[in-house]
Amino acid sequence: MKAAPFAYCRPDSVDEAVDVLAGGDAKVLAGGQSLVPVLAMRLGRPGTLVDITRLPGLDSLVIEDGQLHVGAAVRQRTIERSAHVASVPLVARALPFVGHRELRSRGTVCGSLAHADPAAELPAVAACLGASVLVRGPRGDRVVDAREFVTGAMTTAVGPDELVTGVRFPVARDGEGFGFAEIARRHGDFALAGVAVRVRGDEATLAAFGVSDRPVVRELTLDDPTESALRPTTDALAADIVDTDGDAHGSRGYRARLLGVLAARELARAHREAHR
Amino acid sequence: MSRAPARDEDAALVTGAARFLDDLDPLPGTLVAAVVRSPHPHARIRSVDLEAARAHPGVAAVIGPDEVRAAVRPFPLSTSTPMPYLPSAVDVARYVGEPVAVVVASDRYVAEDACELVEVDYEPLDVVVDTRAALTDEAVLLHPEAGTNIATDRTFSFGDVDGAFERADHVVRGEYTFPRYSSVPMECYGVVAHWGVETVEVWANFHGPFTMVPVAAGALGVPVSRFRLHVPADIGGSFGIKSGIYPYVVLMALASRHAGRPVRWTEDRVEHLLASSSGAGRVMAFEAAVSSGGAVEALRVDLVDDVGAYLRPPEPSTLYRCFGNITGAYDVPAVGIRARAVVTNRAPTGLNRGFGGQQLYFGLERLMDAVAARTGLDVAEVRRRNLVRSFPHRTPTGGLYDSGDYPGALDLLLAKGGYDELRSRQVQARAEGAYYGVGLALVVDPSGTNIGYVGLATPAPERKPGRDKSGSTEIVRASVDLQGVVTVLLGSVPQGQGHATVARRVAAARLGLPVEQVRAVVDMDTASTPWTVTSGSYSSRFAPLVTSAVVAAVDRLAETVWAGASVLLGVPPEGLELADGSVRDPASGASCLFRHAAGVVHWDPGSLPAGAPARLATEGEFVPPEAVAATAEDRINSSLCYGFVAEMVGVRIDPDTLVVTLDRVATVHDAGTILDPVLLEGQVLGALVHGLGGAAYEEFRYSPAGQPTSATFLDYLCPTSAETAFDLVSDHVSSPSPLTPLGAKGCGEGSSMSLPVAYANAVADALAPAGVAIDSLPLHGSVIHELLCERTSGL
Ligand SMILES: Cc1cc2nc3c(=O)[nH]c(=O)nc-3n(C[C@H](O)[C@H](O)[C@H](O)COP(=O)(O)OP(=O)(O)OC[C@H]3O[C@@H](n4cnc5c(N)ncnc54)[C@H](O)[C@@H]3O)c2cc1C
Repeated sequence: MKAAPFAYCRPDSVDEAVDVLAGGDAKVLAGGQSLVPVLAMRLGRPGTLVDITRLPGLDSLVIEDGQLHVGAAVRQRTIERSAHVASVPLVARALPFVGHRELRSRGTVCGSLAHADPAAELPAVAACLGASVLVRGPRGDRVVDAREFVTGAMTTAVGPDELVTGVRFPVARDGEGFGFAEIARRHGDFALAGVAVRVRGDEATLAAFGVSDRPVVRELTLDDPTESALRPTTDALAADIVDTDGDAHGSRGYRARLLGVLAARELARAHREAHR
Repeated sequence: MSRAPARDEDAALVTGAARFLDDLDPLPGTLVAAVVRSPHPHARIRSVDLEAARAHPGVAAVIGPDEVRAAVRPFPLSTSTPMPYLPSAVDVARYVGEPVAVVVASDRYVAEDACELVEVDYEPLDVVVDTRAALTDEAVLLHPEAGTNIATDRTFSFGDVDGAFERADHVVRGEYTFPRYSSVPMECYGVVAHWGVETVEVWANFHGPFTMVPVAAGALGVPVSRFRLHVPADIGGSFGIKSGIYPYVVLMALASRHAGRPVRWTEDRVEHLLASSSGAGRVMAFEAAVSSGGAVEALRVDLVDDVGAYLRPPEPSTLYRCFGNITGAYDVPAVGIRARAVVTNRAPTGLNRGFGGQQLYFGLERLMDAVAARTGLDVAEVRRRNLVRSFPHRTPTGGLYDSGDYPGALDLLLAKGGYDELRSRQVQARAEGAYYGVGLALVVDPSGTNIGYVGLATPAPERKPGRDKSGSTEIVRASVDLQGVVTVLLGSVPQGQGHATVARRVAAARLGLPVEQVRAVVDMDTASTPWTVTSGSYSSRFAPLVTSAVVAAVDRLAETVWAGASVLLGVPPEGLELADGSVRDPASGASCLFRHAAGVVHWDPGSLPAGAPARLATEGEFVPPEAVAATAEDRINSSLCYGFVAEMVGVRIDPDTLVVTLDRVATVHDAGTILDPVLLEGQVLGALVHGLGGAAYEEFRYSPAGQPTSATFLDYLCPTSAETAFDLVSDHVSSPSPLTPLGAKGCGEGSSMSLPVAYANAVADALAPAGVAIDSLPLHGSVIHELLCERTSGL
């Protein structure tokens, strides 16, 4: 379990980082919490690692234009402990489920998005909220809608010569309610199934994770927002969304069951919150 | 807040000062090894090309099948079935992760780079992964020369089994499956080996039993006297798993011989989960002949262990370790047993905390619930009616239960654990449409193995006279230094249990010394530390055996100290007493300091009374009574002591998510005399959590094609502190053993044996209204969901 040989480079600017990436056979190194195990098991062997954690400008964590801007070098733990996190309640509720505290003090928010594990919390939160992912490459800057960001298991719209520089989460508005829940085998494990939910009036957006190769977003109208009344709808939704063979930790059927239950619970909760 | 640590070992452990194998650097110029492993569960090795790896810069040596074949003899096995076992695959690889070659290089990175250059041409063969499939004639043979995959098949009958079944009012039967899992020590295997001029010298975090030392030396073709093993004082856990390290000891010794330098190999976590060791998987059938009043008159037990690709010693001992207590806590006069072990294309198995007990009691205690259901009795009541009540108790299989109060322990469990309260929670939960269940397990907890049981794998007529095995001797060395401080030297190879703490207190109490005047040193160097073939840290032997040898050793020192004091006090040594750091003459009240009495022996032995002992460095041994070889009728008292555990689990199952929550765990232990309540509590907790791992989280799974699917911590899930915040009630009864000088019995494994089945019984009880049968582990939401679905679709 030792990595194959690689070159390590710590550029001084984002542009220099993009240049190195453009040279090919290079990979961004952020918090390393997913990448380093991949290297150690020799499941990946990039020629060069481009460490972006100390790049000037990527550490910004600010609210501007109704958006929480999270730079690519910002650790999950930093935002979890920042006063800003309250402005995006879904991020605040999801972060404690992202692995363990020790991992979060190194892992970055953008790294989690870029890694795109199908069971990861943050890509689902970003998709639910319609966050914007900021990407820079040799052809300049572009903005990718979080709902189009993940294109499959561990694959995203970011090209090999591009870099995620940040993500912008819309700040919660009055009259919005949120719900977040997941079930994992143990505390800190990747979810067998989970939901992130936002409700405005009777309109709900739900993002399911752990049940397909990427977060699955659905819009719903809540006619009767009680949990029991929602169950038939969410059970049908779950049967439709779940698109995984499952494994020993959670069969396909079990994941669908969990999704139906969690979706109804969290939709009801978010609706109550929105109408407080 | 400041509190003295509970154990002498703790300060070093919590400050990072402890030195584990990988922290040691005993020899200059040590190189580092990495192992090439088979990616196939079963494949013929057509050819191996080591040249590119050998040519890689930084590589000192590469060994493969040719080198192993030329220099290593197959390990001696416990049965005569021809299933030769070598430390690495030579012609055929039989499980994923089996070593095929070893690369020795300047560092681990280079070694792993060169491993990728080893070219192995494999011809994949058919696989047999399932235990039941391995029994059939259609299954591919792992060892064709054996003509079968059944490594051992023995039947035993004690008492009038058939008669009891004919007379029975009820015959209750169940079939059960027990999974493979480990104890997952924090520290993986580690070896430093040096093929020296005179001796093969090895450092390894092996913790015995030392029967493996002659096995390893034999494989290398060197006498034990030229095979020197050092075991570090700090081992980062094992719970049995590390006694499977010896093939690597042999492999690294051979690698060192080829490299001409000492070689270090530190197993990484993937290697560990893939190919170190685990408890044996078991499929089993249990059958009880039951009277209308619920008395179990006879048992039929059919056990089939999956031991993996080889019958690696000490297997098939999972079958036999609990032979003397196979009837558990119950007074059952007759028992019929069939014991089989099969080889499959999975990693070899071995010791795992509870060794054989969790498998046995999973069947027996699930069956007792079935007996309760059939007779309409409460699960506690049916057990109570069958309990052993008088001691010593001879079991039909030859066990001699030394002491106990099983009904008392059960009553304490039900009262303290709140059995009635949990039952009312169940009534309430069911009224609300929720699932709640209560599960019990009563288990006899054997400690201080009598290795005589190893003989059972061989039919009695083939056991050669004069070649019998028995016993479990321990030896401890003790001395007094020039300042009167007593040193107790333990070769007990602890893995974190706190042996030194307890030995120190036992010695101090025995000699009437403050603990500050005693130190306990842990060391194992097979060239200088006293050891026996049964030495080691396994089968909970420290409390019953090692502390007994401590007593014997320091009692001998006391005789010498009395002699020294007799010079100072001017009285005969007989009748002197040791207390408060002094030696006192009870007749006159005169006394002298212990250290002054010892000083006389050190400096002026000429003054001692004629014939008085003058040794302040001595050894004491404990040879357990009642540990004799198996009889011609195959009866065996397989352990010295038999403790007891009564356990109760309450579970709540969310009817929507099916997530199982431990509502309460209550446990009552009888470990005889309690030597240290804090350490005992630590053992109880540790064993409970280990049991919880097997019950709900951990399992080494294989795909039908033989690929392991739980070879990283992403898939092999151990309980963490977050999973252990359950409501725990723990208490003790104490029935001192008449067979050990302090009355202590072992206590390191109990709940590892009981918790898995107590948990299963609770889940089964919770789901009883849904009509779901529980006959295997682990049990968690997804498993329960599938069981409920099967149940619904089957209707
Ligand atoms: C035991 C354990 C449990 C975990 N549990 C969870 C969990 O429950 N939920 C969860 O979501 N995650 C979990 N993780 C993963 C963890 O959250 C990672 O921190 C996260 O997925 C990646 O963030 P990172 O900054 O460490 O990225 P890295 O590991 O450095 O990189 C991950 C991948 O993303 C790419 N990348 C990173 N940053 C950028 C960027 N700015 N632009 C382009 N590409 C980039 C890298 O090249 C690499 O391919 C767990 C990890 C471990 C080890």
